[in-house]
Amino acid sequence: MSEARAAILGRLRRAAPMADAPAPDFTTLQVRRWEPAERLVKLRQGMALVKAEFLEAGPEDWPRVVADFVVREGLTSLLYGPDTAEGRALAAAWPAAGPRLVPYDRPVEAFKTELFQDLQAGFTTTLGGIAETGGLLLTPGPAEPRLLSLVPPVHIALLRADRIFDTLWQAIRSLGWNQRLPPNALVISGPSKTADIEQTLAYGVHGPKRLIVCVVAS
Amino acid sequence: MHGDLEVDFLASSTRALANPQLRTNFRRAMDGLMAKRANLFKDPAEWAELRALGAAVRAQSLARLPELLDRLEANCTRNGIQVHWAETTDQANHLVLKLLQDRGARTLVKGKSMVSEEMGLNAFLADHGIEALESDLGEYIIQLDDETPSHIIMPAIHKNKDQIARLFSEKIKHAQYTEEVDELTAMARAVLRQKFLEADAGLSGVNFAVADTGTLCLVENEGNGRMSTHVPPVHIAVMGLEKVVATLEDVAPLYSLLTRSATGQAITTYFNLISGPRGPGELDGPREVHLVILDHNRSNIYQDAELQATLRCIRCGACMNHCPVYTRIGGHAYEAVYPGPIGAILTPQMEGVGVRHDLTHASSLCSACVEVCPVQIPIARLLVRLRREATHALPESLVEGRGSGRSALESLLWSAWAWAMGHPSVYRLSAWCATRGWGLLPAGAPVLRAWTRTRTKPKAARRGLQELARAKGVPHV
Amino acid sequence: MVPSGEATGVREVYFYATCLVDLFFPGAGMAGIELLQAAGVRVILPRGQTCCGQPAFNCGYWEEALAVARGQLKLFPRDLPVILPSGSCAGMIRQHWPELFRGEPDEAAALGVAGRVFELTQFLVDELDLRLEDLGEPVKVTVHTSCHALREQGVADQPKRLLRQLAQVEVVELARERECCGFGGTFAVRQEALSAAMACDKADAAEATGAALVVSTDGGCLLNVGGTLERRGSPLGAMHIAQFLWERTHAR
Repeated sequence: MSEARAAILGRLRRAAPMADAPAPDFTTLQVRRWEPAERLVKLRQGMALVKAEFLEAGPEDWPRVVADFVVREGLTSLLYGPDTAEGRALAAAWPAAGPRLVPYDRPVEAFKTELFQDLQAGFTTTLGGIAETGGLLLTPGPAEPRLLSLVPPVHIALLRADRIFDTLWQAIRSLGWNQRLPPNALVISGPSKTADIEQTLAYGVHGPKRLIVCVVAS
Repeated sequence: MHGDLEVDFLASSTRALANPQLRTNFRRAMDGLMAKRANLFKDPAEWAELRALGAAVRAQSLARLPELLDRLEANCTRNGIQVHWAETTDQANHLVLKLLQDRGARTLVKGKSMVSEEMGLNAFLADHGIEALESDLGEYIIQLDDETPSHIIMPAIHKNKDQIARLFSEKIKHAQYTEEVDELTAMARAVLRQKFLEADAGLSGVNFAVADTGTLCLVENEGNGRMSTHVPPVHIAVMGLEKVVATLEDVAPLYSLLTRSATGQAITTYFNLISGPRGPGELDGPREVHLVILDHNRSNIYQDAELQATLRCIRCGACMNHCPVYTRIGGHAYEAVYPGPIGAILTPQMEGVGVRHDLTHASSLCSACVEVCPVQIPIARLLVRLRREATHALPESLVEGRGSGRSALESLLWSAWAWAMGHPSVYRLSAWCATRGWGLLPAGAPVLRAWTRTRTKPKAARRGLQELARAKGVPHV
Repeated sequence: MVPSGEATGVREVYFYATCLVDLFFPGAGMAGIELLQAAGVRVILPRGQTCCGQPAFNCGYWEEALAVARGQLKLFPRDLPVILPSGSCAGMIRQHWPELFRGEPDEAAALGVAGRVFELTQFLVDELDLRLEDLGEPVKVTVHTSCHALREQGVADQPKRLLRQLAQVEVVELARERECCGFGGTFAVRQEALSAAMACDKADAAEATGAALVVSTDGGCLLNVGGTLERRGSPLGAMHIAQFLWERTHAR
């Protein structure tokens, strides 16, 4: 196998050294900027197009807005990461006789079947959003595991209105993602979809069927 | 993969042309995809700037390829991703097999990967008692029907709704016949959800690999990619060696070009960045992540300064969506893993130009593909170059199979042509003969026959332009 | 002797017929020359014209293509624009002569010609800003511009701009007008069925416009689409744009 590596790299290195191609010019991405107020509008436009749904909330009442939504939609459970400030705030505001608030606090192997079959919604925070195209930035990890935003059919995501970047490119630079990334990071722009059957759009293929973005005003 | 077969594009394309359902399906589908793309590139200046940036990023990445692959391996390894190298698809298959066998894996769930098609992985694993299940809806559909993809982005694009409805009702347990897209999708979701849960391992491709951070970028809409790479305990990623770029910032323009060119989307549902297996404290994610880097003649393509542009490809499919040939015959007629214009230049270089030089003629050189390629691959130019390689065994060339497509007759014809065209008096005499004796040539004569089946015989004028011009006193100096 | 351009201030150009126009549409070639002359240009038609080398080049027989191109290069010694009634051949010279002649002793001369080559409608619009007055009866026409004209020679809407100057001419766009008609030179012979299918679709699209005539900048496309239309007995005619423009603006 290291033979293969040596042979491959050997062939690549044997190529006539080409003049290093000119440095790419990122101006076209740099100039894509919007006023802070515009960014939320653009994000909502982009994500509404792909059937993301929106809730509005303030910095104090968002836990209640989320809880009310879950109750209103008749969802019987909400999975969340208990070990974040937002998780604690959510738990504190959760209605006592309400749907089950399930902490994701043990390895997935311990409850895989329940996760795949019973749990109806998942809650995550986000790092921010992307104005140009719509999209939410997430870094799943110990506090908010990967499957939280993937397996339950409804994903509720908390987005702070003042953490929206102009473009993906700008987000990457601002978040330091050029230098370092956690084991998993991602951008989510809407509920899962496909157009593989006669190019007709269908939602909720393998990922969540609904994405609810709870926008927290600054 | 097709290296040993007698493949003949002329025959397969002629057959495809005679299939009205196929032609209707593809015409409608390609019209739709072209319109979607056009809708996302309305501003010509923006398109020009973004594709120039994309081409520059790809060109620079290729210029530094060995260094970037080295760095990718180092950073992946640092992150806990195990890196493996395969010169051939055979080696790659065996690598994947060993990884699975060593872990007692019997089922593999797959996110979409064209490289795995190059490898013929599913059939190989089946031969060794391991079940490889496709989870991308389009791939799942064609797997049910025992077919190969007909398009690199939309593998089941050749099928219409009632064909899929019939397939599902026949092949999926307890399935009722329905043509409702939502219901068909729900059926697939239910079946595949169980597979994600139970699979011993997951396999994915890699859209872009980032050297500086040891990151694999996966672009998708359905979520099956995330499922395949996060749920099973082992994730194996297979990648062509040309896919690496230096930084995540470099990926940004390529990602935008890809989503807009492929499906007319500003952004896909998910843009997933994997930089390691389940990390300390993480409660889910695979225990192991493996990256298999495949060569399969890419390193030979790389060594030719001009043909190297083939490797810029980001697999968006725009070229085939705009190709008047692909639109009329679909992907299967190419009898290659990669169809359409990119397939016409890639396949002969991967499989040998001697075996697949037929594909270099699968084009009228209209350059519709060149116009839409987001990384400015000069496809028409490379087709002509490969036609040359097929017919001339040039000493300084590295193209596999070069010269083996040479025909003595064709070579003689071009020599005769060059002689005639190099002697204006001979040309004028031939022209004169054409105008006088042309009518004597039957429409059914060889060469002419191909033309006159659907067109009238071209009529040479009695007096050529030089004659007309001389009569009107047009000067010649 | 006719005085040289520099002395009299008269604009001079070379006219390169191209083999298809010479053999099959010489009237169109003559019309192109006469359109230029009517605009006050002195047109030089060098003797010894044969072929730009495209067919051999496209098949990978570059030595043969170069040999022929080299001979043709000698026909244009002066630093004058070279006008072709063919987008395809103009594209060949503009894009591919530089590649063919790379490293050759006559490379500089070839680059020179490649930089001065124009498709006819391009030159009429961009360089001469030609004004046309329609003398004909009302007619509906549609246009097919060759792929090489569009994508290699950079012809855009010059053919339509000329046609739109003709008051009695209604220009109708055919569906999928940028799609190849299937000629492709040797493609028509090598990929017979594909070429026929493409030509058939293009002929259908032209007929669907209800036009009386399809005009084109390229002889190959004309033979292909026109031949297809003729074979099916279509009332739709096909004509080279040079001939059409000349006939509309000059009483016969």
